Amino acid sequence: MGLGIETRHRIARRAALEIKDGMTVNLGIGIPTLVADYIAKDLHIMLHTENGILGMGGSPAEGEEDGNLSNAGGYPVTIQPGASYFDSATAFGIIRKGLLDVTILGALEVSEKGDIANWIVPGKRVPGMGGAIDLAQKAKKVIILMNHTDKFGNPKIVKNCSLPLTVREGAHMIITEKAVFHCENGQLFLREIMNPYTIEEVIHTTGAAVIVDEKVSVFQ
Amino acid sequence: MAQVNKQISLESASQYFFNGMSLMVGGFGGVGAPPSLVNLILEKNIQDIFLISNDTGFPWIGPGKLITEKRVKKLIASHIGSNPEAGKQMQDGSLEVEFVPQGTLAEKIRAGGMGLGGILVDVGLGTVVEANKEKVHVNSKEYMIETALTADVSIIYAKKADLYGNLVYDKSARNTNPLIATAGQITIAEVEEIVPTGSLNPEEIITPGVFVDYIIQSKGVDWKWVWELKQGTGSQEGQRSK
Repeated sequence: MGLGIETRHRIARRAALEIKDGMTVNLGIGIPTLVADYIAKDLHIMLHTENGILGMGGSPAEGEEDGNLSNAGGYPVTIQPGASYFDSATAFGIIRKGLLDVTILGALEVSEKGDIANWIVPGKRVPGMGGAIDLAQKAKKVIILMNHTDKFGNPKIVKNCSLPLTVREGAHMIITEKAVFHCENGQLFLREIMNPYTIEEVIHTTGAAVIVDEKVSVFQ
Repeated sequence: MAQVNKQISLESASQYFFNGMSLMVGGFGGVGAPPSLVNLILEKNIQDIFLISNDTGFPWIGPGKLITEKRVKKLIASHIGSNPEAGKQMQDGSLEVEFVPQGTLAEKIRAGGMGLGGILVDVGLGTVVEANKEKVHVNSKEYMIETALTADVSIIYAKKADLYGNLVYDKSARNTNPLIATAGQITIAEVEEIVPTGSLNPEEIITPGVFVDYIIQSKGVDWKWVWELKQGTGSQEGQRSK
């Protein structure tokens, strides 16, 4: 079950607030890709792609696409002033050396300690990890955007992940259609809920121990 | 001394392909994969390929075609999600797949091309990636030993070559190509344009020609389907039959 388009955009809009002036950022495929639309225009951000661009811009106008200029998902993009092209080893050297300030990824499960599972459902869906392990282990801040529950209504934020891990204790933040969680020192903090959900509803559909802040704000 | 000329006809490149060969194919999601050389391998009915590639492209784009046509018996890649045929063959056991994190795969290939035995990597510690890996401690940090990768034949795509085989790439179609160019026992580059030796700016050459054995003129590329989809022409070239 996917989220409605409005909900996906709200999650992306919230995630964009985590991107500050001067940051180097990698956006994953899916809802994370939408975040680019909500980054404040006056910020100077360098978007990084695994296929070898630093300084990626937005989508080109129709008819202006360049067959040899795409994002990691294969879709046409443009570049910004100061952009550079490089091979895959350099693209991942940038990641591995810890030069990404933020990476925004999707996930299948996240544990209360910040363990992330996002690349394999054994026996069912085996796409491979791509660059997810490199990104989740090495970016300075890892933000997970995902549905709060799976298609059966089961929590995706859990005490322990049941799926093979992408990284141990890698997530710093989880943003769902219901709430924003911070993973700090192996614990999960609830400081923000998304309109129109309630704290009780969020806790009821979260499969992990949550510490609720004294003051929980509401994101519209 | 006569000037080196590495240009050969597409047809004559087929003599370097053989059943059971290990084959590296450049490209990322099909972009920058050499379509004329992939098609040639299909036409020449090469079987039992051990394929090493960043990903498996799409069922009819990039190295994905070799999998769709059941020419690959073993695969090392970081991702097969855009090619359902690869997933199907993996599940039914006809295709052996080894997944490697994308950055580690790139670096294993680079190590092979640069004459190294392997590299020390910590990406994937604490996950299934570390299974069966030898570990070492350097400066009290733990690393896995990741062995270098080379192949019998590397096939790549570049924007321009001179007759010596110096290569220039184009934007994000560069991706894994310069790495794979170095790691083949034989490297064949398919290029959009072949120019006289001496006409490329040495400062701009990405792959020195010494790594390249043969160059062939491309018959055109096949990875622009996604543009057509975006423009709503309805072509599903990524998934269509031949």
